[in-house]
Amino acid sequence: MDFLRARTWAEALELKAERPEATPIQGGTDVMVEINLDRGRPAALLDLNTVGELAGWSREGEWIRVGAGVTYARLIDELGEVLPGLAQASRTVGSPQIRNRGTLAGNLGAASPAGDGHPPLLASGAVVEAESVRGVRLIPIARFYTGVKRNALAPDELIRAVRVPTAAGPQYFSKVGTRNAMVIAVCSFAIALHPENRRVGTGIGSAAPTPLRAVAAEAFLAGELDWTLGRAGGSALDPEVAARFAELVAGAAAPIDDVRGRAAYRSHALAVMARRTLGWAWHDYLRAGRGAR
Amino acid sequence: MRVNVTVNGRKTAADDVWEGESLLYVLRERLGLPGAKNACEQGECGSCTVYLDGTPVCACLVAAGQAEGREVVTVEGLASGDAQAAGEGGLHDVQRAFLAAGAVQCGFCTPGLIVQAHALVERAAGRVPDDAEIREALAGNLCRCTGYEKILDAVRLAAAQRATPTAPTPSP
Ligand SMILES: Cc1cc2nc3c(=O)[nH]c(=O)nc-3n(C[C@H](O)[C@H](O)[C@H](O)COP(=O)(O)OP(=O)(O)OC[C@H]3O[C@@H](n4cnc5c(N)ncnc54)[C@H](O)[C@@H]3O)c2cc1C
Ligand code: FES
Ligand code: FES
Repeated sequence: MDFLRARTWAEALELKAERPEATPIQGGTDVMVEINLDRGRPAALLDLNTVGELAGWSREGEWIRVGAGVTYARLIDELGEVLPGLAQASRTVGSPQIRNRGTLAGNLGAASPAGDGHPPLLASGAVVEAESVRGVRLIPIARFYTGVKRNALAPDELIRAVRVPTAAGPQYFSKVGTRNAMVIAVCSFAIALHPENRRVGTGIGSAAPTPLRAVAAEAFLAGELDWTLGRAGGSALDPEVAARFAELVAGAAAPIDDVRGRAAYRSHALAVMARRTLGWAWHDYLRAGRGAR
Repeated sequence: MRVNVTVNGRKTAADDVWEGESLLYVLRERLGLPGAKNACEQGECGSCTVYLDGTPVCACLVAAGQAEGREVVTVEGLASGDAQAAGEGGLHDVQRAFLAAGAVQCGFCTPGLIVQAHALVERAAGRVPDDAEIREALAGNLCRCTGYEKILDAVRLAAAQRATPTAPTPSP
């Protein structure tokens, strides 16, 4: 095995072009588990910790560009206000030690259907910034996941950053597991309301071969919600609308029975999470509307 | 390969390191520092917790080569001076609090918990964290023996002790 060290982003891209089989490593919280447990032995490790360009985030208009090296701990501390859904999901990842090392780009690289970063990225409509010596490619998040633990990166590409729209409305993330910490999701769900264009975003985790949006549920809800915050300060959520939304979310998934849960349980839990997170989000939407007047 | 790393304030180098090796293996097997424990090698138990550039991490998940040129502090580095020579007197306050509270049984989880508790007590900087905060901070450290209650006591004790000697005088 070789250990390749990149000092700059340009160097990292060159190394990846020369050695497309090399496994990039950031927090190592997925890569090192594989090596320690002898589940696979990469031909080479390409360490990105030393690439300074990846370590920060920046605001670019209505977007936040999260560098590939930004840890969950920093997402929580520094981006909780502007990317609330992602920060909520980050808080549920592993343990403090894991959050101190693990990164969103690592979550995308691993592309586990259970990764907690995926649902909020789907709900907010993020874009993955992939780069190689050939150039930059912007991959819409919904097209990034191509199969179980597979993603749309070419062999010579690396993730430079994830671009996430700043929240213009309420966002929530919810996850089912057996304890409050150190839990791989049995299933998870994220919702984002986009009042600026009266759209709804969703993301489902751990209930299909890939993370995915509940597209029909989004369209249904966007059409049913009474977005107008009129004199009465907007109207309460219609329970029938919430129930139908929940049903459509559960219907979008393709869960299986496995050690963490049964398919039927996952469908049920998804519907519950969809209804609850919608309730919280709508409550916030109305409250913010009232506060604005 | 060779890995140059500062451990507990001393610059040191490990030779013949395999490229897929973890920092934990380097510390224990190559640098003679068995404080950080190896229990799961998959980030689940926290018994290998060390500081990497001031941040607590699982040493089993850091590739040895990633520690190149960086600073590591292990549980051995928390005690002041030569702990063995000084006896219990050389121990850090957090270590003493664990002894006083009876938070150590078999002791396997202890080094990782000491480092993680140390980080919490330092961050609290004289405030005694509430239960929820302590539980959250220690959520990545498993203990099979104590049932955790005495560990919580130890953290509260260490935090309170840190508060007392340097208690800031209230500003006017
Ligand atoms: C104890 C434990 C608990 C965990 N709990 C959770 C949890 O609750 N939720 C969750 O979602 N995950 C969890 N994980 C999994 C893991 O922490 C996350 O997937 C994390 O986001 C991985 O980030 P990393 O930086 O450590 O990735 P690494 O391990 O460094 O890399 C992961 C993958 O991404 C690739 N990669 C890394 N960086 C790049 C890049 N810039 N470009 C292209 N590819 C790249 C790597 O080659 C590898 O395939 C847990 C892991 C452990 C050990
Ligand atoms: S040995 Fe590293 S977390 Fe268990
Ligand atoms: S004291 Fe034995 S594992 Fe904690």
